[in-house]
Order: sequence, then C-alpha cells, then structure tokens
Amino acid sequence: MSWLQALRERRIFTHLLLMVGALVMLYPLLWMLSSSLKPQSIIFSEPGLIPSQITLENYTRGWTALQMPFGYFFANSFLIVTFVVVGNVMTCSFTAYAFARLNFRFKRIWFTLMLGTIMLPGHVTLIPTYVLFNQLGWLNTFLPLTVPHFFSTSAFFVFLTVQFIRGIPRDLDDAAAVDGAGLFQIYWRIILPLCTPALITTAIFSFIWEWDNFFSHLLYINSISLFTVPLGLRAFIDATGESSYGPLFAMSILSLLPVFIFFITAQRQLVEGISTTGFKG
Amino acid sequence: MSQPLTISSAHPEIRQRGRFSRASRENLVAYIFMTPWLIGFFVFTVGPILISLYLSFTSYDLFTPPSWNGLANYERLLMRDARFANSLNVTATYVLLSVPLRLAFALAIALVLNRGLAGLSFYRAIYYLPSLLGGSIAISILWRQVFGLRGLVNQLLAFFGIEGQSWIASPNTALLTLILLGVWQFGSPMIIFLAGLKQIPRELYEASEIDGAGKRQQFFRITLPLLTPIIFFNLIMQMIGSFQAFTPSFIITGGGPIDTTLFYTLYLYQQGFNNFRMGYAAALAWILLAIIAVFTAVAFLSSRYWVYYEDDSR
Repeated sequence: MSWLQALRERRIFTHLLLMVGALVMLYPLLWMLSSSLKPQSIIFSEPGLIPSQITLENYTRGWTALQMPFGYFFANSFLIVTFVVVGNVMTCSFTAYAFARLNFRFKRIWFTLMLGTIMLPGHVTLIPTYVLFNQLGWLNTFLPLTVPHFFSTSAFFVFLTVQFIRGIPRDLDDAAAVDGAGLFQIYWRIILPLCTPALITTAIFSFIWEWDNFFSHLLYINSISLFTVPLGLRAFIDATGESSYGPLFAMSILSLLPVFIFFITAQRQLVEGISTTGFKG
Repeated sequence: MSQPLTISSAHPEIRQRGRFSRASRENLVAYIFMTPWLIGFFVFTVGPILISLYLSFTSYDLFTPPSWNGLANYERLLMRDARFANSLNVTATYVLLSVPLRLAFALAIALVLNRGLAGLSFYRAIYYLPSLLGGSIAISILWRQVFGLRGLVNQLLAFFGIEGQSWIASPNTALLTLILLGVWQFGSPMIIFLAGLKQIPRELYEASEIDGAGKRQQFFRITLPLLTPIIFFNLIMQMIGSFQAFTPSFIITGGGPIDTTLFYTLYLYQQGFNNFRMGYAAALAWILLAIIAVFTAVAFLSSRYWVYYEDDSR
C-alpha cells in the first residue's frame, strides 16, 4: 500500500502549497484589516497580523477626517449604484429578450455591433461624451453616471442575459402563446421571471463595478458634497498624505465591505457569471 | 437542435388576425424592445466615436469651438511627443509582462484545483478574492502602503535584517509593483480556466490511459490543446483590459517617478482634463484603439496556428 500512502502524501503536499499560496494572496488584505485596528503608533513597527492592542479609534477618526463625514460618500455611492443597477437590469433584459427570442430586420447586424461595443475601449467615446454632458449642464451631477445605464449601454450584461434566455425552452413561450399571450406578456410572465438568475448576476456585477468605478466619478464629480466613496478615499490621501494611515486603512476597509458581502453571500452567482460569459470580474 | 413547431405555423389563423401579419408585428415589437439600446448605441457610442474622430483632427479646449488643424495632433504625437512614446513604452511593458504572468498563474492554480481536491470551492474563493476587490481605490491605497518606504514589504525585509527602499518611489521598481498588482488579480481568468477544464470529457483521459499515456503526455496532448480556445479568449480580454488600466497608475504612483509608470490612459487623462487639450486627447484615444486593434488582430491571425477548435470549422 505504499503507493497509496505516497498519493496521500502528495495530496497533503498540494494542500500545503495551496494554503501557503492562499496566505500570500490574502496577507496584504489581512494586514490592512489588522492595521486598521491598531493604534497609529504601532502600525509600522508591528508587521504581524494579530494586533497587540485593538482600537476603533482609526474608524471614528477616519469617518470625520474630511469636511463631510464618510457617511455622505457612502450614501452618494449607494444612490448612484441603485440607479445603475435598476437601469441595467431593466433595459438589458429588454434588449436581451429581443435578441434572444424575436425576429426582426437587421438583427444579425445589431447583434454583431452590440458585441463589438464590449471590446471597444471606452476612451474612444470619452471626450465627446464629456463634451455632451458638459453642454447638457450635467457636470457635477449624478446624471452622467446613471442616465446612460437606462439605455442598455452595458453590452456585457445584454450578452449575459441573451445567453441565459437562449437556454430557456421555447415550449414555454409557445404554450403561453396558445393561451393567448402576446409578445409583451411572454416577456413579462415567462422570460422575465425565468431569467431571474441572469438578472441577479447583472445586478451584482453592476453593483460591484459601479461601486469601484473611479474614473467616471473623477471626471464628472467635483463638489465634496457629491463625492462617492472612491473620491472620498482619494481626497483623504491628498488631504492627509503619509501621516494618517490608520484612519485611511479603516475607511478603505469599510469601502471594501459591500463588495465583500457579495463575495460571501453570492459566490455562486459570481462564479457562474464569470464562467458562463467569460468576462472580467 | 430542431426548432419546436411554433403556434403560428401550426395555426396561422390564431396569430394573423388584425392589420399586421405576425412577422411584421413581431418586427415592430422587437424594435420597441430594442429602442433603449438603439438610442444608447447612437447617442453614447456611434455619435461619440464619429465626433471623437473629428475632434482628433482639431485643437479644442472645451471653451472655444474646435479649430481644424488636420494631422497636426497625430504628427506631433508620433514625431515629437517624448511623453507619449514613453507612456506607450510603459503601457506595453505593463501589458506584456502582467498579462502572460497573470494567465500563467491562473492556469497553474486552476490545474491544481481541478485535480478533484477536497476544499475546491474554499481555495477558489480565496484565490478569486483579490481580483474581485482589485479594481477598487482601497486596494491601490493598500498597494501604495505595502510597497512604501515603511510598508509591509520593508517590514518583512527588516525582519531578515535587510533595509528596503520605497519600491514605489524608485524608478527601477515602481512599474514592477504595478505589474505585481496586476498579477495578484489572476482570480477571474482562473475561474474561466476551471470552467473550461470541467468541459474536457473524462473519457479522453481514460482512453489515453489505456493507450499508456503518462500524466505529462495527457497534459500536452489533451488538456492544453483543448484549453487553447479559452487561453485565447482570456488573452484577448485581459490584454484589452490591461491596455486601459488607469487607477493603479493614478493612485499608487501618480505616473511617477519621472514618468516611469505613466500609463497611456493617465497621459490621456492629463492631456484632456488637466491641460484641456481635448483634440489631442481624442487623437490619443484613436491611437490607443489602433494599437489594441493591431494586438487583437495579431492574436486572431496567430490563433489558427495554436488554437484548437474541435469541429475545425474555423
């Protein structure tokens, strides 16, 4: 039975390797978490993960370090993200239903163009879009960040939902049609309820990406009262420089919390979302 | 897959009442559902693309109307702009190092995890976490501090009696820290590889075992060839994404020291939104598009030599 033993040993070896790898991967994150709980004076003298003293001072100090408490930035971020999620879920499911179920003129061309926009670097449209929002007087409002999402502009989610709807048996549509349902009713009564998993995936990824969106927020928001969490963190670096890493870490940890909560609760949707469409997460 | 018999073809009279035929009614309904996308497509994609192309031939500061200056922007960029050349160099280095390394790690860990190990979902979750959080400002802040003068890396080095430097402030290592941040986020391609590995039929391995193939042969003759479409896909997507990286350069190093981490998109941002040279920035965007298109085209052209398609229809 020595080969069995050898196999078992190899397994243990593999586990050991994976554990060490996991620790290396997570160490920076754990270090930030533990540093955020340490008094400022010992953050840099103590590289270990277990704090010798625990304090919440960094959190209370960080929360009020800027002109506005961090709560404002969280509220702003949540507001924007809510609109983005609603817009994406609604309009992407419209577009996806048409592409997946209905026949219409130029469908193939539109579909190819839609896929093309996934690969298109956003910078090509950046300057004119900025000029447009400037002329509409939308600079320094949430409109440039939310309104485009009500026009199904996130092609990635359209594609994801199309793929999902294609997997729903057409017999269900046909049965509903026999019962007298029109195309709108089929969308509303059959397709929409059955593609809930795709809609949830869309909602989760919309949330995470918009929550982490920094570039557009940087471009379009100037007033501190409209700052989102990423902008608040950036202002924090500029305001305090190298001096107060404790509070900065504390606010960074808080900013990661919503995404982390999705990571814990919606792991299956995240993994499936990435593997079925194969896009970045 | 055979199409199930539709109601309209079985009972044409059911659907054909009213003024419209079924087909033209469906066409109309489809366009109603397509309306938001169509508006978005023209207003936020097609229109801006055309205008951005036009602006790239102008001088435009956002406050006075654009003035046509022909190829001047492109000429200046390609001939006389040393910062542009540098940013291109920095970005290419970043992409060419971080993407292959990220994919290598993703594939290696996916292969290990795919061996039917207990605790797969636990490991998968842990290795995936950095790529889920990685796009956020918080992680860039963390990285700044991990590689800073008094950061984590130097604390660990001090443990071994080595005195470190500020890795993000040194021109020799700053870009390296950003590449490392990119590699650290190998989780999402890893998940795609795992999904791909699950698709490979077990019978292939069983059959090859009977034929006396070893593990190494199985890997090079079965696993790797069948995985090439997914490697190709990951390569394209990661490459396109990496060319557009912005936040790390902006937050961690600010493009410095002495422009050694000046990412292309950061330079574009500076020209457009710090110097208000919108025409110049538009030209930069078009050159970026051209570069990405060339890289993608090369990948596609090369794919026929190394990407294996089961039905060989391509």
